[in-house]
Amino acid sequence: MRVVIAEDGLIVREGIAGMLRRFGHEVVAAVGDAPALMAAVTEHEPDVVVTDVRMPPGFSDEGLQAAIALRAADPSLPVLVLSQYVEQTYAAELLDSAPAAGVGYLLKDRIGDVEEFVDALVQVASGRTVVDPDVVRQLLGRRRDPLQRLTAREREVLGLMAEGRSNAAIARTLTVSEAAVAKHIGSLLAKLDLPPDADDHRRVRAVLAYLRTG
Amino acid sequence: MAARNALEALTMRPTRFLVSSWPWRSLAYLTGGALFGFATIFVVAGLLVTGVALSIVLIGLAAYLATLLAGVVVGRLERWRMRLIDRDVLPDPHRRPPRPGLRAWLLFRLREQSTWRELGYTIVSAAALCWMDAAVVTVTIFVPTAFLFAPLYIDDRPLSVTLPMTLVAPLAFVIAAYPVTAWAGARAAMARAILAPRSNDTDAKLVEVTRSRARLVDAFEVERRRIERDLHDGAQQRLVALSMQLGMARLEVPRGSPADTALTGAQALAREALAELRELIRGVHPKVLTDRGLAAAVTDAAGHAPVPVDLDLRLDARLPATIEVAAYFVVVEALANLAKHSAATRASVAAAVHGDRLHVDVRDNGRGGADPSRGTGLIGLADRVAAVDGTVALSSPPGGPTLVHVEIPCGS
Repeated sequence: MRVVIAEDGLIVREGIAGMLRRFGHEVVAAVGDAPALMAAVTEHEPDVVVTDVRMPPGFSDEGLQAAIALRAADPSLPVLVLSQYVEQTYAAELLDSAPAAGVGYLLKDRIGDVEEFVDALVQVASGRTVVDPDVVRQLLGRRRDPLQRLTAREREVLGLMAEGRSNAAIARTLTVSEAAVAKHIGSLLAKLDLPPDADDHRRVRAVLAYLRTG
Repeated sequence: MAARNALEALTMRPTRFLVSSWPWRSLAYLTGGALFGFATIFVVAGLLVTGVALSIVLIGLAAYLATLLAGVVVGRLERWRMRLIDRDVLPDPHRRPPRPGLRAWLLFRLREQSTWRELGYTIVSAAALCWMDAAVVTVTIFVPTAFLFAPLYIDDRPLSVTLPMTLVAPLAFVIAAYPVTAWAGARAAMARAILAPRSNDTDAKLVEVTRSRARLVDAFEVERRRIERDLHDGAQQRLVALSMQLGMARLEVPRGSPADTALTGAQALAREALAELRELIRGVHPKVLTDRGLAAAVTDAAGHAPVPVDLDLRLDARLPATIEVAAYFVVVEALANLAKHSAATRASVAAAVHGDRLHVDVRDNGRGGADPSRGTGLIGLADRVAAVDGTVALSSPPGGPTLVHVEIPCGS
């Protein structure tokens, strides 16, 4: 994978770059602010972009805005956004920014789980949606009305779906059969008035959109 | 309890009152009032005559001006005299002129309301009060004295009539102490009512206090943001890097080896530190509030709440930062309180701008009985809201539900 990294903290930026290289990915550019990120993407046309939310010059949400702008320009460009905070607002803005291709919103802490982090990046690059479990928990906690119809197990499955897990992965996590997972998903989608869909990540997006707008 | 002024002294036990200094002070006050009043009449009349006589050569105008400002002098002397029979010192209602110089002083004093009140007092004093002072003093001194010396000048009555009058005289003196003190007290109360500073004299000071409080809140806010920035750029970055290094190190050691266990433990600690730091920063200053405003920040806060929260946020435009921060922390504190104390299973937050006021309501379905005096949380918030001229109202009857209602003027 050819990756562009945008992160203003030097140690973290170099750390991510070193980590990705170790797993055999190519870091084509590692930059420290949003304009440099835009330039690097134009120049290198990477497979995936990793960006921090907060970057110079304003130390506000330049990284997120850059990610949204990048996806508006090229909806097929996968972007993984890293944040220090569990902000469903930012996650929602990112997820709403453009349909289709992979998008991810992870807490920065997750970088420490090196293998999981690299795996999440690969998933985003391959077009899946990855949302931090904490953000999912927050989203699930807020709007209870439609979700009260779900059983505890279905809610658990929904949470794992929202994290971008496949049916097989969910089955492993919950130590149930894949058929049982499929049954839960079918049931919860029906309860949430969402038509069944073959595409995993569309399903996740639909669920998230439903939770957000309530 | 010691009497603080002449009127209070009247309520003392007679045995104590009569041997106290109050009657004598009252007498001195009234005597002074009479003399001072006559002197004022004399001076003011003189000034007016001078003014009329010399108005053709302009100096007369100065005399007129002096007449108008006579009240300032009278007021000052009256306030000073009042200490004789009133232990509560009457503050000067005048403010310091903004610039030095006679011209600035004149213009400033002429614009002050208290100057005109003092002039009014001077007129009342000259026209009535000093005459009444004189009358009271004369009567209370003259009548007992007349009784005392009755046998000396009453020739057409037998001694059996005039001598008892002499004997009654001390009693008359004693009784006279009461009207003297009463009139002195009443007169001082009148003077106090006219010469004391009014709230509109101090308005400028109040406005300044409010402004400085608002500045203080602003300064705190700037400082909180700086702390948030520093933590984010410093400790947080380093902890992320540490966690990442530990993760990388784990890749190099066999799974399940003692080194792996130690590294896993270290990484868990780093993760906990990050989580704690994140919570700390959220309490200091939530970034989403700066970036996205009150509605987004409240939405996120609701997501962190331990019970489901229904939101009804009608906030289209951004509000001034201090108002957003105050409202935000009220919501956070209210949600935290209901989690701790109310045993609620559900809460709701509503926010909207009605006219030029921001209204925020936080409700829960808990057992109520919240008492702001038991925790400092809500009181601190009330202070914070008060600093932006807002109010916090709490309704929490036993049995619930609890409602926290906040209103802040937002001047839009």
